[in-house]
Amino acid sequence: MRGYRNLAAFVILAVVCTVSPSAGQEQVFRINNTAEPESLDPALVTGVPEHRIISNLFEGLTTSDPKDLSPRPGMAASWTVSRDGVVYTFKLRAARWTDGKPVTAHDFVYAWERVLNPKTGAKYAQQLFYLKNGEDYNKGRITDFSQVGVKALDDRSLQVTLRCPTAYFLDLTSFYTLYPVPRWAIEAHGKDWVKPGRIVSNGPFRLVSWVPQKDLILEKNPLHWDATTIKVQKVIFLPTDDLNTAYKQFLAGESDWVPTVPPAQLDAARNRPEFYVMPYLGTYYFRFNLTKPPITDVRVRKALSMSVDRESLTKYVTKAGEIPSSTFVPAGMRGYEGVKGLPFDVAGAKKLLAEAGFPDGRGFPKVEVLYSTSELHRVVTQAVQQMWKEQLGIQVDLTNVEWKVYLSRQGSLDYQISRAGWIGDYVDPNTFLDMWITGGGNNQTAWSNKRYDDLIAQAACKIVNAKDRMRTLQEAEKILVADEVPIMPLYTYVNKGMLSRRVKGWWPNILDQHPLKFIGLER
Amino acid sequence: MLGYIFRRLAEFLPVLFVIVSLSFFLMRLAPGGPFDQERALPEQVRANIEARYHLNEPLWRQYLQYLGEVARGDLGPSFRYPDRSVNELLGLGFPVSLTLGLCALAVALSLGGMAGVLAGLRRNSPFDYFTMSFALFGISVPNFVLGPILMLLFALWLRWLPVAGWGTWRHLVLPSVTLGMFYAAYVARLTRAGMLEVIHQDFIRTARAKGLREAAVVFRHALPGAVLPVVTYLGPASAAVLTGSVVVETIFSIPGVGRYFVSGALNRDYTMVLGTVVFYSVLLLAFNLVVDILYAYLDPRVQVR
Repeated sequence: MRGYRNLAAFVILAVVCTVSPSAGQEQVFRINNTAEPESLDPALVTGVPEHRIISNLFEGLTTSDPKDLSPRPGMAASWTVSRDGVVYTFKLRAARWTDGKPVTAHDFVYAWERVLNPKTGAKYAQQLFYLKNGEDYNKGRITDFSQVGVKALDDRSLQVTLRCPTAYFLDLTSFYTLYPVPRWAIEAHGKDWVKPGRIVSNGPFRLVSWVPQKDLILEKNPLHWDATTIKVQKVIFLPTDDLNTAYKQFLAGESDWVPTVPPAQLDAARNRPEFYVMPYLGTYYFRFNLTKPPITDVRVRKALSMSVDRESLTKYVTKAGEIPSSTFVPAGMRGYEGVKGLPFDVAGAKKLLAEAGFPDGRGFPKVEVLYSTSELHRVVTQAVQQMWKEQLGIQVDLTNVEWKVYLSRQGSLDYQISRAGWIGDYVDPNTFLDMWITGGGNNQTAWSNKRYDDLIAQAACKIVNAKDRMRTLQEAEKILVADEVPIMPLYTYVNKGMLSRRVKGWWPNILDQHPLKFIGLER
Repeated sequence: MLGYIFRRLAEFLPVLFVIVSLSFFLMRLAPGGPFDQERALPEQVRANIEARYHLNEPLWRQYLQYLGEVARGDLGPSFRYPDRSVNELLGLGFPVSLTLGLCALAVALSLGGMAGVLAGLRRNSPFDYFTMSFALFGISVPNFVLGPILMLLFALWLRWLPVAGWGTWRHLVLPSVTLGMFYAAYVARLTRAGMLEVIHQDFIRTARAKGLREAAVVFRHALPGAVLPVVTYLGPASAAVLTGSVVVETIFSIPGVGRYFVSGALNRDYTMVLGTVVFYSVLLLAFNLVVDILYAYLDPRVQVR
């Protein structure tokens, strides 16, 4: 009897000892993703929380360098570019989908057709408008996809023909809209193809489980071509959208990374070693509606912009280390020198305002500043309101509305001045500048300038030389921020978050992208 | 009795019809649409998406189409979560909200009931004053204040419980208390009042005169009479707990129906909002019916006709 008991004790002990160390060794990285992913289908998503998951689940022709975001080989082992910068030929490596099938050039052709097909309703279809005839296919002007600039020469060669030379095309191929997708899985399961057990993917991680609003779990994909680089076995994404709760979860050790700190916690967070701040590829600015007097007068717009003390604004109001800026393209773009924006010059501003017919702000009509409900926007607009009152003697009203109301009013030019923000899609000044062309969907100021439109068009298509192209974009930005001033940039965004000190292989960069395959955890 | 139930069920239909119609048009009156975003969509892309969801058709046709779908029990696709249908999301969220609701009710009944009984027995004692002030506090403090305070105390300082999330019983404690506190306070006041009324009645004096132990007097004789007002309150409370967990679910990051209701409204996810409204309406109507039937059983003075 005693013998049995000893045996049982031994067995239990043995089980405990073999199970627990392996459980302890498994590297699990927990991310507070701040939102439930809207979808895992690369063709349907547009958001950052989705990017954090999908960029690890799938892999495009290129991937981004974890430090400086420059393109590195991904599914494409190598590529050649024609002399005129229009034809790219990618050589694919021997890579496999999670179901063992090889990744072929046909998978890319299928995926890109799917994005451009109007029936798919892809929100980011314009990421493929760079292809020859891509836009026409999406608009239904042509229906024969073989006329669009993408072709599988054989299973491992993909030829891409662009509309015109695009300096940042290799950045775009690492973006999720351009990822390959498995035709057989989509045709077998319809919209359910992205669910656990059905999804077939080609990235460094694969989907284990996904319970909406609870968590989403990825694990290392042993079939990935670069599997030896991958250090973490498992990644858990928490969708906590209440930022205060997310911050507390981090403090309690329930997550290893939270990419945002709520404004109210900033002062407390700053004193902790896990806190980080880094510049982000985004600009915080005000729009001027050029159909509403007196804002129609460029002197008024300049006076308004020149009387805002951006240094004080970032130092005392936003307080997270934002970079004051009166230009629209953030610093840190490869090869772009930037321009001089309007200076902070109260005397000059007063003079301009007087020339416009409002000496010391006398006779200046009531103007309204529109912003969407948010603590940050409220304090920033209040500070600017105060500065205008003190420096120029003019009174503006602040109106806050709910997010969708704000978007709708701004879109229909039903405002005078509005608070806005813009985050770039790729690391090139064009993502900040081409939106201001006449009639552009994101212009929303009614501003129109022939010379500006010409410069943007030239930079987009006519100029192959990189330096000349940057100079052209610089000239355009000068018109935007120093001459015509349909907008008033205030500062460059920063990302502020908390990262566990156990985490290695995570580098700050201006898109806040941190490929999971490089991440490791110290014990 | 069966006839009564059928008649009530038949009444549901016009009520639901009015609710669905009102919500449908109110939702469309709100400025902005499901596909408005900071980065404006190219016109053609927007048109493609709207065509995919039939949003380009005349409103009356969309309305008729939606009515038809709802009648078949299909609440449509979610605009925000294109991989999922509204039915699927509600199906995933409801068991969670139900679990949370039942636990909150349990908290309300046990905590409130106990406090009420004791306060009633020791009327005007310090304990009574303390409990009733606490109950007042429970009723007045909104759960978006109580939740973070509990979180700070029990999750961050004492480290007894997780901050947020879902999955184990430990995740349930703080949200259940947060959600149940308001109702616990109500239950405590109702029980106390009931207790005071019952404890002075003749049959209690008789029980005491028989020499029963105080515990037996209170629990076997007084309590059943004292909790009657609580029972009547349970119906509306259950419905309110189930449909009122919106804030608590957001604060504690719980994957329930309430999360979809909020995000649906903010994102103009028309089908999601309408789906949740329909779902909540059915739930409330059903609860009302159940409560009415229960009354008939509990109180012989009420007759269903």
